[in-house]
Amino acid sequence: MERFLLRNIENPNSADIEEYIKSGGYKNISKAFELQPSDIIEEVKKSGLRGRGGAGFPTFMKWNFASADKKFPKYLICNADEGEPGTFKDRPILEKNPHLLIEGMIISAYALKAEHGYIYLRGEYPYAYDVLNKAIGDAYERGFLGNNVLGKNIKFSLAVHLGAGAYICGEETALLDSLEGRRGQPRNKPPFPVNEGAWGMPTIVNNVETLANIPYIVGIGGDAYSKIGNPNSPGPKLYCVSGHVEKPGVYELPMGTSLKDIIYDHAGGIKDGKKLKAVFPGGISTPLLPADCIDCAMDFVSMPKYGSMLGAGSVIVMDETVCMVKVAHRAMKFFEHESCGKCTPCREGTEWMRKILERIEKGWGRSEDISLLADIANNISGKSFCALGDGATSMMNSILKHFRAEFEEHVKEKRCRFKQKQF
Amino acid sequence: MLEEIEDIKAKYPDTRAALLPALYIAQKEFGWLSLDAMKAVADALNLPESDVRGAASFYSMFRLKPAGRNLIQLCTNVSCMILGAERFVDILKERYGLLPGGTTSDGRFSLVIMECIGACGTAPAMLVNTDLHENLAEHNIPEILGKYK
Repeated sequence: MERFLLRNIENPNSADIEEYIKSGGYKNISKAFELQPSDIIEEVKKSGLRGRGGAGFPTFMKWNFASADKKFPKYLICNADEGEPGTFKDRPILEKNPHLLIEGMIISAYALKAEHGYIYLRGEYPYAYDVLNKAIGDAYERGFLGNNVLGKNIKFSLAVHLGAGAYICGEETALLDSLEGRRGQPRNKPPFPVNEGAWGMPTIVNNVETLANIPYIVGIGGDAYSKIGNPNSPGPKLYCVSGHVEKPGVYELPMGTSLKDIIYDHAGGIKDGKKLKAVFPGGISTPLLPADCIDCAMDFVSMPKYGSMLGAGSVIVMDETVCMVKVAHRAMKFFEHESCGKCTPCREGTEWMRKILERIEKGWGRSEDISLLADIANNISGKSFCALGDGATSMMNSILKHFRAEFEEHVKEKRCRFKQKQF
Repeated sequence: MLEEIEDIKAKYPDTRAALLPALYIAQKEFGWLSLDAMKAVADALNLPESDVRGAASFYSMFRLKPAGRNLIQLCTNVSCMILGAERFVDILKERYGLLPGGTTSDGRFSLVIMECIGACGTAPAMLVNTDLHENLAEHNIPEILGKYK
């Protein structure tokens, strides 16, 4: 498949504005400006584009809600806070194709009548911060940004806002609190950001990859775009593969490519000829799949049928040497650390589960600990303020479902048999 | 520092939004966010000191205690862990006397364990200051750290 999102990234100067323009970049802005804003939203509707941050919400619906609100100014925020463990799919766009994102934001802002934009970038990406700032400066100089974009009397200002190491700020309302200079904790919904977002005004928060798809949709038209990949969840998708594979990396493939093909055909199969044990298909917040369940189409509508979720398309591959109790323990440590503290089930529950997992891994577990883990997980699931708690319980429940025997063995044998083998 | 904060304010419709950028500026200036540094930020943005301390303590990349000259941010999350990242925690402890959350006695390095730095495809990985080091192996640790004085 011809690549669009990762186009040109082998060119060492791909982040340069001249190179981007030379390869056809920024021309879709002129095309977009010939259309009415509502026509662009219509094209996005036809395209079937769903938000690439993980939830898969139809992009045109978010855009329609925000457009219907008559309050001004409106804000367009790019969520570049990819913090889900295993996720590094937006990094090549941010570091190597920043102008594609900027072009996508300019077109989106025009469609949404938003005059101000921010890129909320995770603090862990200092290199991307420099690249984006340079790219934005160059785009201003060339007249793509500013008070009179391309002389068409269209205003759009853009700035990067650097996060400071809080996973929860990837949740869009926590992101807004963080942007406004507060502790990043999720807000009550409704009101939704499309009506009352940044500084109380209508705000559209879209993921990097979502916005980077917009120039493509305008370029080839919504209908043509909707024919790529699974018609119910179309488009190109960035899958990032890590862990025990021969060729880890970011792969741009049609949405709905099978998980098996991603691992074996694209990422080169399991490292050192070992056997596959399990996969997190979309980051550690998505339910784990055991080795015999990877024949599934990786898109938003198909994955729930296989008992998991697409998430951000962050495939973490684990071979036979990995201890699942240890994985659950490390993953829970993450959720405990990143729980913002706003709601009790998540704040307390993740800590309890981490402590129990720690003692099982050390061989100090009690036989009742395994059902206790399931009990705590079920008391968080659906009862936490935001999706972070649900992510922790999806991880916990899916590992218990498929690898309960490993937990029982740890408790019974009072040790972890993988410990010697692992490193 | 104050001039830099003034420039940042212009990017936002509300002064409070400059808080995170201002904390970064203060941290760069002082090395860490002491109570005095946070008071300076509160004054510059005309915010209550409690709001500044509340925000600063929420984010893990703001340092509320003195740090070494170089900051090692080592990821041990799942993708890095299964490729052996925990070994580097041991190496830093054994060879450099550096514990997670701690600083070497000569003030050269501080170590923070990270929750995914988005380098999973080139794991194990760490940031030293703002430099990303990927595909870490036991033998290249001294060479990497040797660059930071």
